[in-house]
Amino acid sequence: MSQESVLYDTLGPKGRRNVRIGTVIGVVFVVGIIAWVLVRLESTGQLEADRWAILFDPDSGVARSLGRALLNTLRAAFVAMAFSMVLGAFLAAGRLSDHAWVRRPVSVIVQFFRGIPLLLLIFFAFLGLPKLGINLDLFWSLVVGLTVYNMAVLAEIFRAGILSIDRGQSEAAYALGLRKSQVMRIVLVPQAVRRMLPAIVSQLVTLLKDTSLGFVIGYFELLRQGRSIVEFLGPRYGLQIYVAVAVMYIAVNLSLSLLARYLDIRTARNPKVVTDPYADELEPVVPLGRE
Amino acid sequence: MDAITENLDLYWSGFLTTISLSLLAGLLAFSLGTILAAFRVSPFPPLSWLGTVYVEVFRNTPLTVVWFFMVFALPLLDITFSSFFLAGVFALGLYTAAFVCESLRSGINAVAAGQAEAARAIGLNFGQTLRLVVLPQAFRTVVPPLGNVWIAMVKNSSIGAAFAVTELTAVATRLVNTYPADVIAIFAGSATGYLLLTIPSGLALGVVERKVAVLR
Repeated sequence: MSQESVLYDTLGPKGRRNVRIGTVIGVVFVVGIIAWVLVRLESTGQLEADRWAILFDPDSGVARSLGRALLNTLRAAFVAMAFSMVLGAFLAAGRLSDHAWVRRPVSVIVQFFRGIPLLLLIFFAFLGLPKLGINLDLFWSLVVGLTVYNMAVLAEIFRAGILSIDRGQSEAAYALGLRKSQVMRIVLVPQAVRRMLPAIVSQLVTLLKDTSLGFVIGYFELLRQGRSIVEFLGPRYGLQIYVAVAVMYIAVNLSLSLLARYLDIRTARNPKVVTDPYADELEPVVPLGRE
Repeated sequence: MDAITENLDLYWSGFLTTISLSLLAGLLAFSLGTILAAFRVSPFPPLSWLGTVYVEVFRNTPLTVVWFFMVFALPLLDITFSSFFLAGVFALGLYTAAFVCESLRSGINAVAAGQAEAARAIGLNFGQTLRLVVLPQAFRTVVPPLGNVWIAMVKNSSIGAAFAVTELTAVATRLVNTYPADVIAIFAGSATGYLLLTIPSGLALGVVERKVAVLR
C-alpha cells in the first residue's frame, strides 16, 4: 500500500511487535463483529438453508423476475445516460458561449437543477406534470427526472474539462486563424474528453444507482421487484431477497467503478494527456455534484 | 399561490426536518468516517480490510437500498428503530460515512511523502508526525471534497420522503393532490428550501477553500 510509505518508517523490532499486537486485536475485533452478526441471524432463524435455496430454485421464479427487473433498471439507466450526455453537452456549450444572453440563462438552468434533489424532480415528473396536462408513464417519469438532473451535473463536468485545458492551446489555435467552433472541435474537446473520462464514468455510476429511486414512484426496477416478491412470498424470505437485490446492485456498480478506476490509471499513463500539476482542480469546479 | 401561503407552517416544519436529519446524519457520518479513515491508513491489515469492505459496499449500494434495509430488512432481525426519522439518520449517516472516509483518506494521501520523511528525519515520532505535519495539511486538502459530501447529503435527505420522514420533498408530494392548480408553486417551494441550504453552503465552501488553500 502506497500510503504506508508516507506515514510509517521501515519498522524496527519494537515497531513490528506493536503491529503484530495491533493485528491480533484487529482480528479479534473483526471476528467479534462477524460473530455478532451470525448470532443475530441464527437467533432469528435467517440462516436456514431453505430460505436461501429459494434464490437459486428455478421453480420459484425469483431469479428470473429479479433478472428481468435488472434489465428494467439498466434500460432506464441507459436511456437517461444517452439523453443527459447529449443535453449536457449542449448546456456546457451554452455556458461557455461568448454571448451573455446565452450564457446567463443557461448558467441559471444548470445551477438550479444541480442544487435541488433528484427525487424532487422525479416527483415533479410523476405527480406534477399530469396536473399540467402532460402524462408520462412510470418509465418516462423516471427517465425525465434522471435526465434533467444529470444533464446539469454532466454540463458542469464538461465545462470544467474544457476549462482545465491550458489556455495556450486555444490561443495557439486562434493564432492559426481557426474559428471558435473549430477551436472547440479540433483542439479543446479531444483533449478534454480524455481528462474528463473518469469523472463522466463515475457520474454515470451515480446515475445507475439513482435508478433505484424508481422504487419510490413504483417503476418495476430491482428494488420494487424485490419488494413485490416478498409481498407475494411472505416475510419468511424477506431478508434473503433483499440481500440478493443489494448484491446485484453492488456487483453492477462495482464493475462500473472498476472500469472508472482503470480509465483513470490509463489516462494518467497516457503521454498524450498533458500532465498538469493543477489537474486536480477539475474537481472543485463541480461543488454541487451528487455522491 | 394559496397552496404555499396556507401551508407555510408545513413547509417550515419540513425545512426543519430536512436540516435536523442532515445535521444528525452528518454528525454520525463524520465521526464514523473519521474512524474508518483511521482504520484504512492504519498498519493493521484486519482493520484496513474492514475499512475497505465498508467503503466499497456502501459506495456501491444506492442510498434507497440502504434506507430500505433500515426500514424493511432490519426488523426481520428484530432490530427496530424507535422512529422513521431515526432510521433515516442511520441510513443517511452510514451511507455518507463511506464518502467521508474516502475524502479524508485522499487528503492524507495527497500530503507529499517528503513531508512525513522530513518530519521523521528531524526526530518526530509517529504521533507528532501525524499531529504536527500530516493532518494540518491533509485537513486543508479535505475541505472541498467534504463540503461536496455535505451538500450531496442535504440533497440525499430527500429520499426520506419515500420512507415516512416528512421533510421538504414529502411536503410537496402531500400538497400536490390538494392543490392541483398550484403544482409548479408547490414544487418551487420545496426547491427553494433546498437551494437555501445548498447555495449558501457552496458559497461558504468557496470562501473557506480560498482561506485554507495550501500551496504545493
